[in-house]
Amino acid sequence: MQQPVTSPSRSSGAFGDKLFEWLCRGAGLLVLAILGAIILTLLVGALPAFREFGIPFLWSTSWNPVEGRENYGAAVPVLGTIITAVLAMIIAVPAAFGVAFYLTELAPEWIRGPVGTAIELLAAIPSIIFGMWGLFVLVPIVQNYIQLPFGEILGSIPLIGFIFESNNFAGTSVFAASLVLAIMILPFIAATMRDVFMTVPPVYKESAYGLGATRWEVMRGVVIPYTRISVVGGIMLGLGRALGETMAVTFVIGNANRLATSLFDPSTTIASVVAMEFPESLMGSLKQSSLLALGFLLFVISFIVLASSRWLLRSRLK
Amino acid sequence: MSTTFDPSTAPAKDMAAARALGQRRRLVDRLVRYACVFATVIGLLFLASILFTLVVRGFSALDLTTLTHEFEPTTYGDDTLPRGGLLHAILGSLIQTGIGTAIGTPIGLLVGTYLAEYARGSKLGEAVRFVSDVLLSAPSILIGLFIYQLVVLPMGGFSGLAGALALAIIVIPVVVRTTEDMLSLIPNTLREAVVALGAPKWKMVILVCWRAALSGIVTGILLAFARITGETAPLLLTSFGNNVVSNNLFRSMASLPVAIYQQANSGFPDLIDIAWAGALLVTLGVLSVNIIARVLLRKRK
Repeated sequence: MQQPVTSPSRSSGAFGDKLFEWLCRGAGLLVLAILGAIILTLLVGALPAFREFGIPFLWSTSWNPVEGRENYGAAVPVLGTIITAVLAMIIAVPAAFGVAFYLTELAPEWIRGPVGTAIELLAAIPSIIFGMWGLFVLVPIVQNYIQLPFGEILGSIPLIGFIFESNNFAGTSVFAASLVLAIMILPFIAATMRDVFMTVPPVYKESAYGLGATRWEVMRGVVIPYTRISVVGGIMLGLGRALGETMAVTFVIGNANRLATSLFDPSTTIASVVAMEFPESLMGSLKQSSLLALGFLLFVISFIVLASSRWLLRSRLK
Repeated sequence: MSTTFDPSTAPAKDMAAARALGQRRRLVDRLVRYACVFATVIGLLFLASILFTLVVRGFSALDLTTLTHEFEPTTYGDDTLPRGGLLHAILGSLIQTGIGTAIGTPIGLLVGTYLAEYARGSKLGEAVRFVSDVLLSAPSILIGLFIYQLVVLPMGGFSGLAGALALAIIVIPVVVRTTEDMLSLIPNTLREAVVALGAPKWKMVILVCWRAALSGIVTGILLAFARITGETAPLLLTSFGNNVVSNNLFRSMASLPVAIYQQANSGFPDLIDIAWAGALLVTLGVLSVNIIARVLLRKRK
């Protein structure tokens, strides 16, 4: 009749410990399961479309929902997604670098806090607000002050002129979408760059200043080489957001399912075609399956971008 | 004078070159500085333009009718028709974001605790942290598609519950990130002191670590709440929207962002005005919660 050595209170503590640890671990496993389930459900939903259209789904430009002649392809939305995101990066990255450089090196101390907070608040504004503002404020500006005056002049440049020539009168266009996207991701990239620039040990910068270097030379010769990989990681993080952005783009891109040959033509992206057409497509239809297939492609693209961003940022911002 | 400096071998030309170089370096520095100031001003101008547009167009449409009435079709061209409002959307948004936060917060809190207290350096912890970070920036419309396949399809229709679940998935990674960050700021000596008193680890975590990190954790929950208040795309695919006040979680449910989206694209000026009022409400809500969260965090520092 030996009693257990451990006292009752101690054993309940051990039981509580085990329970709590498994509760936490279980929640962690749930997060893994959610990501796995997202991949799985998208793939299962996309299977009918992949089976029907095969690999050519990836480069087919057709989008025909007429019953009996249904034919769907991914090329237009995929290209639209990549083109708008890349254009947005071209606009946003230099501006974000300027903001980050200003906030870490140039601005007087009393300006840094308020301006930094303002830029972060810009990042907090919901994307639908950007979309609405884009549609009612930015699109008319783009049309009247960029497309109409410059479109024709630039359009007469031989060989590449067609990029600027368009007879689109709605104003909603690839260029407008890229511009709204750029404004949306600017604060994200700027905030990451600022945080990364702050990790440079002051003594490195001070030595360069001591040698007589100007601020720009310190930035180019010390800060950027020291933080290069993380800066690229921050840029990739912005790219990941631009690729998956839905509402802001849906408002201003025009949602036309055809390839845009001009910056001022309407087009569409994966996220906006899903938002526009998925809610009204029939449950279990081939169209719904094709939209899920597009969603799966978007997941693959943004997963690659986000994973590489995280890998590049792994050494900093811990 | 026995100096090594010989004026005849140090031609004035080099002095001129040095001066030119110095001037060029200063010029480049100044140009870069102007460009940076310009970029920052442009960024602030966009923020100002958005807020200005919202305030001007939103406040002119915001009145008691907007806050206390359900959706009505356009009154364009006939002023005798009753004007509609956003009550259905406001209530729907509160219900869905409330349930979403209530489901997502405990899970996120536990995951953050796991990462900070149990999984330091472990392979599983690395994987969970990575996946949580991917979910944090994953396109939210994909979460809508996921919940559509998982909940809407089996239940046979759009529902407020599906919307709340989609929002909960967005809440989790935000809470995970802030919880882990805040817990890892707590000094280890505090933990050692608790364990040395003979307390089990779960008591240490709940009574000491969570309490020490409370303001940070609350900040994370507020930020998550602010984030899902403006989410549109996942709700479009899960709760879809509704034109009347409804508290039935198993039917489609309205939400402010979706109502804004539908009315802004309706083409009728009076509905677009109501959309601006809704946009102003959402932005004011999101920004004020953000500012409260920031103040909480600053107090801690």
